[in-house]
Amino acid sequence: MAVPLGSSTGEIRVTRQRQARSARTSRVTSKVIIYTLLVLGGALFTVPFFWMVTTSLKTMGQVLMFPPIWIPLPPQWENYARAWAYLPFGRFVLNTAIVTSVSSLGYLLSSSLVAFGFSRLRFSGRDTLFMVLLATFMLPSQVTLIPQFLLFQRLGWLNTLLPLIVPPYFGSAFYIFLLRQFMMSLPMELDEAARIDGAGSLRIFSTIIVPLARPALATVAIMAFMYNWNDFFGPLIYLTSPDKMTLAVGLQLFRGRFETEFNVLMAAATMAILPVFIVFFLTQKTFVEGIALTGIKG
Amino acid sequence: MAILDGSLASNPRGRRSAMRIRQNLEGYLCIAPWLLGFLIFTLAPMLFSFYLSFTQWELIGSPKWVGLANFQRLTTDRNFTKSLYNTAYYAVFMVPLGAALAFLLANLLNQEVQGRAVFRTLFYIPAITPAVASAVLWLWMLQPQFGLVNMGLRVIGIDGPNWLGRTQWVKPAIILMGLWGQGQSIIIFLAGLQGVPRSLYEAAEVDGANALQRFFHVTIPMMTPTIFFVVVMGLIGAMQVFTQAYVLTEGGPANASLFYVLYLYLVAFRYFNISYASVLAWVLFVIILILTLIQFRLSNRWVYYEGEALGQTS
Repeated sequence: MAVPLGSSTGEIRVTRQRQARSARTSRVTSKVIIYTLLVLGGALFTVPFFWMVTTSLKTMGQVLMFPPIWIPLPPQWENYARAWAYLPFGRFVLNTAIVTSVSSLGYLLSSSLVAFGFSRLRFSGRDTLFMVLLATFMLPSQVTLIPQFLLFQRLGWLNTLLPLIVPPYFGSAFYIFLLRQFMMSLPMELDEAARIDGAGSLRIFSTIIVPLARPALATVAIMAFMYNWNDFFGPLIYLTSPDKMTLAVGLQLFRGRFETEFNVLMAAATMAILPVFIVFFLTQKTFVEGIALTGIKG
Repeated sequence: MAILDGSLASNPRGRRSAMRIRQNLEGYLCIAPWLLGFLIFTLAPMLFSFYLSFTQWELIGSPKWVGLANFQRLTTDRNFTKSLYNTAYYAVFMVPLGAALAFLLANLLNQEVQGRAVFRTLFYIPAITPAVASAVLWLWMLQPQFGLVNMGLRVIGIDGPNWLGRTQWVKPAIILMGLWGQGQSIIIFLAGLQGVPRSLYEAAEVDGANALQRFFHVTIPMMTPTIFFVVVMGLIGAMQVFTQAYVLTEGGPANASLFYVLYLYLVAFRYFNISYASVLAWVLFVIILILTLIQFRLSNRWVYYEGEALGQTS
């Protein structure tokens, strides 16, 4: 912002105006560039979904056309009917819904209690055990996979939903970590005040901490929902008969039969994705805010 | 009554240890779900699978002790080396490209433009689609004649390859699918970006730094902890790539997409060679552990935590 020596006030004013104008233009240019990039990127990221839906409403003849038709008329809704009828799609949805809701509840209940223990209570070995919890992040699930499978086999839980809905009631290191970080940001004075009033730990947990932790709990609930809805590996190894399968595994069966009938395949894919989309749209604000709240970044 | 008075009120140490016991009891009760789960579903399986790696067992009869035979088999197992190579190839491209893309997009999405909430959603959606559904979608997108990708390439004059059918293109195709799903990392970067103090940017602006300079001298240094987190988790995830290969190619063509975890799955659940699969799992664990430790070591050079001079070990 240096002004040349010897300029008069008039010259200074003109220079400043020119600088202000060029600063404005560069601000506008950068906005335009940013917008263009965002629109381009956004288009690239979402066009596959449009492609999926348009394909699902075409006849095979229309599917195999170049240049492609973007809005098929009339829309072939029977592709959806065929997808639904080929396999017990309704059953898949039901199973997925059961697994997802029961396990998300389990994660919420256990992870919040354990996080409370790690963040608000003092007991010997607490920090060491927390380190152990952190260490489990690095453990690839494949190391415990086979013995777990054998355990469930012994219990007779193979081809049931139990291996998927029971373990969440023991908490998850990831959600415990997130919730603990969040709970550590709540002032300890609340607990102390409650204790003076004679409240026990459980009381403090249920009446003080849980209500305050609602945004973080909501985030965990949403994450757990989406993770479980989309989970593939677990259902893959534990669910073997179609009437027990979840959407993730069931959809995979379509590949064999409708390998080349892309319109029906896309109809099935659309139906599998739709529930998650709906939940996400309804909850996204809470979700994105929640991530920042839990301090996961650092 | 006298006894009670005697043991608690006039014995401070007794009272302290009674409280200590109660605190411990409460604490352990609270963490009991995780602790139990850890013992049953993590520690015990870990030990058992470690034991299994020294045996030979194909689910018939009982495990037979064979010492290091499984480890010796690794050295001559072509599929083992191929799957390691494939996974390394995938990780080497996926982790830096994915992190860079997510970082750039997060910065774009952090700018103050109208409707950025909408854009954030758009970039995140692919990350929440079920992996199988997106695999099936990409199966169609990568179809050589009529898939969207090759049609788009045709428009600009390039003859697109048979992505999933050629050995040299199948891994790039899977990497492309992975890049599409970077939404999770974008969100994490966004959260990190919002934690960079505005005062730093303002100070830089006063000193005459333009946008590019602010990016390189304020944003990037302040974001190094987040970048580190994303890269570490990204590498751990990349080493376990499975679903796309399983659904789309079953490891083909000619094992070009036989990733490590896919190979492990086939050994365990197709060939029922439980003991060998345990070895594979433990080798994966050790590799991930070493890679992560190396990253932590290196992080002292380039990760900058607020309030520390660069290069300090924390």
